Amino acid sequence: MGATHLPATEFDGTGVDDQLEAEAEAALGEPPTRMVQLLGHDGTLGEDPVFSAYANRLDAEKLRGFYADMAAIRRFDQEATALQRQGQLALWVPLTGQEAAQIGSGRASQPQDYIFPTYREHGVALTRNVDLAELLRQFRGVSNGGWNPKDTNFHLYTLVLAAQTPHAVGYAMGIQRDQKLAAANATPGQPQEPKAAVMVYFGDGASSEGDVHESMVFASSYNAPVVFFCQNNHWAISVPSTVQTRVPLADRAKGYGFPGIRVDGNDVIAVHAVTEWALERAREGKSPVLIEAFTYRVGAHTTADDPTKYRGSDEEAQWRAKDPLERLEKYLRAEGMADDAFFAKVKADGDELAAYVRKTTHDLETPDIRTAFANTYAEAHPLVAEELAWFEEYSAGFADEASTDEADTDGAANR
Amino acid sequence: MTTMTIAKAINEGLRATLNNNPRTLLMGEDIGPLGGVYRVTDGLIGEFGADRVVDTPLAESGIIGTAIGLALSGYLPVCEIQFDGFVFPGFNQITTQLAKMHARSNGNLTVPVVIRIPYGGGIGSIEHHSESPEALFAHTAGLRIITPSNPHDAYWMIQQAVDCQDPVIVFEPKRRYWLKGDVDTESPGASADPFTAHVLREGTDATVVAYGPLVPVALAAAGAAAEDGHSVEVIDLRSISPIDFDTVTESVKKTGRLVVAHEAPTFGGIGGEIAARVSERAFLSLEAPVIRVGGFHMPYPVAKVEEDYLPDIDRILEALDRALAY
Repeated sequence: MGATHLPATEFDGTGVDDQLEAEAEAALGEPPTRMVQLLGHDGTLGEDPVFSAYANRLDAEKLRGFYADMAAIRRFDQEATALQRQGQLALWVPLTGQEAAQIGSGRASQPQDYIFPTYREHGVALTRNVDLAELLRQFRGVSNGGWNPKDTNFHLYTLVLAAQTPHAVGYAMGIQRDQKLAAANATPGQPQEPKAAVMVYFGDGASSEGDVHESMVFASSYNAPVVFFCQNNHWAISVPSTVQTRVPLADRAKGYGFPGIRVDGNDVIAVHAVTEWALERAREGKSPVLIEAFTYRVGAHTTADDPTKYRGSDEEAQWRAKDPLERLEKYLRAEGMADDAFFAKVKADGDELAAYVRKTTHDLETPDIRTAFANTYAEAHPLVAEELAWFEEYSAGFADEASTDEADTDGAANR
Repeated sequence: MTTMTIAKAINEGLRATLNNNPRTLLMGEDIGPLGGVYRVTDGLIGEFGADRVVDTPLAESGIIGTAIGLALSGYLPVCEIQFDGFVFPGFNQITTQLAKMHARSNGNLTVPVVIRIPYGGGIGSIEHHSESPEALFAHTAGLRIITPSNPHDAYWMIQQAVDCQDPVIVFEPKRRYWLKGDVDTESPGASADPFTAHVLREGTDATVVAYGPLVPVALAAAGAAAEDGHSVEVIDLRSISPIDFDTVTESVKKTGRLVVAHEAPTFGGIGGEIAARVSERAFLSLEAPVIRVGGFHMPYPVAKVEEDYLPDIDRILEALDRALAY
């Protein structure tokens, strides 16, 4: 256990590149081993020359918060899965197993940062204060989004794999320009806006998409303040990550010219530390960073697939033993940071959240298709106006028999 | 009023928008010191710097995708795609992301990205350098598509595209880049709304609708038809999405005959859409079926035979003859 393979300095130090290269070479053809880990499977905290400093920023309250967040999002996930089974959602994308990767990274972001998620980032959404019931709008089929990204700097879910990665780099290029303008216009003594970065999530499957490659090229070319957060959950629906890559995904960063780091994605403390480090680095304009959170999707890819058809139960059992919640619970209890009352309260809060989500889902209103007419373009559009007018007239024809007859007469006259 | 080429007019239009709005920036391959393969961005990097005239990596999806991100963060990116046939690596970003961002955010987000695409044939080039893919984009709701046919429109349209809150694709007729004409840089005049069609020549016997590179061809055909005693009205469509059907319908109600000409293949093209709409709106005014003149159902052919592929004056006159024979 511990970060024995971790460089002793930050990645811009001399010699580190050589070490990474040697490890990447060593990793070819054999299971990857290099990994930042602080909290062991047995719940004991290890030492790390770089990241312990970040872990030390966490007090008991924050750690309890991590646990409460992870428990809440797992409970939410169970409830959403149940709602899908009951026919209340068209589809659900479960996250169980990835709570630490999401809560740890999301809690490392600052309000001024902007987050581009995939469609599985329910835990990150929680850390950005998105109302979780809002997430269900898309899956219930009443919206293609459901929340205003400007409210929380948490972008909409993107269903086209990796399409959000260049958006993130572009957004980061915008931040870069904002900061330059602000610096040029700054008056001495006036407080400055806090520096911001962008974090973009994608999975091991999406890492094969060309957009990930292109965004990393752009990020590197312009030194954009962006953190690529890859959750390697080992399965792209039914295809294992070994089909996506022959090297640790984190190692790919070196090819683009910025640091890549693999972290134990089931270790919330390590994920938080590594992400804080990466975001600080990005905000300071030092470089983009790729984080590979080594984790596991315990359930199905979505409620539409059946993992028993493509992977063994022994593999799932192996990963269940690395459960992110149990690991932190052991640590909190051993250190006397949380007791039975705390865990009972967390459970009660989860049940309350589940009830809220259940009720809210049932109450989600089906939108009027007129909102789709209204939102296709930002400015007035004659074709949309014409089709809406036709729709209004057509709909009005169903209002009562008389108006239907009238519409028919009009039609005959036109003929 | 000054005289300039279409290429120069777009260059001046870009300069004006970079001057007027500090949030405008240009992105594309080779648009910096080289000034673009057609020199449309010539000199701009020297005036505005590399942060506003961004020479990008060679990656079309990356260009469009990062432009979306820049737009989300409050900037107004104008992307250059070098040639029509090379837009397809960016097709996914344009159709699944750019076109839909406003709708899927329930109107909360706007992505005012402009994409400039030099398009069309007639320059003797090799494959992927002569295509007219406008219908593929026009079919996608959420996008707006305009195409100038003269320097005055070119100067104003690029600025109007930047001002528009919706994503706009500007298809630039590359074989007309060196066409000269008067530009009123003080006022757009009748070109104030880029999404309207213009009647360029009035007539009473038939209407020819064209856009972009075929506008001069349509005007020449109308001139030739006049020598044979036929009065042909010519409409420059200017906007491919939306289409100004009012102007087209009004003309057909007067002339009773319609020929639509474009370089893109006829099948599934803009001409079919215009024919269908006009038959719905002005069926009783039509004296003849709407006739389409366009490319054949084949990949754009090799340059040595492109003259047989591209609609020319004779092809439009042949279509007019057929329409007038009814």
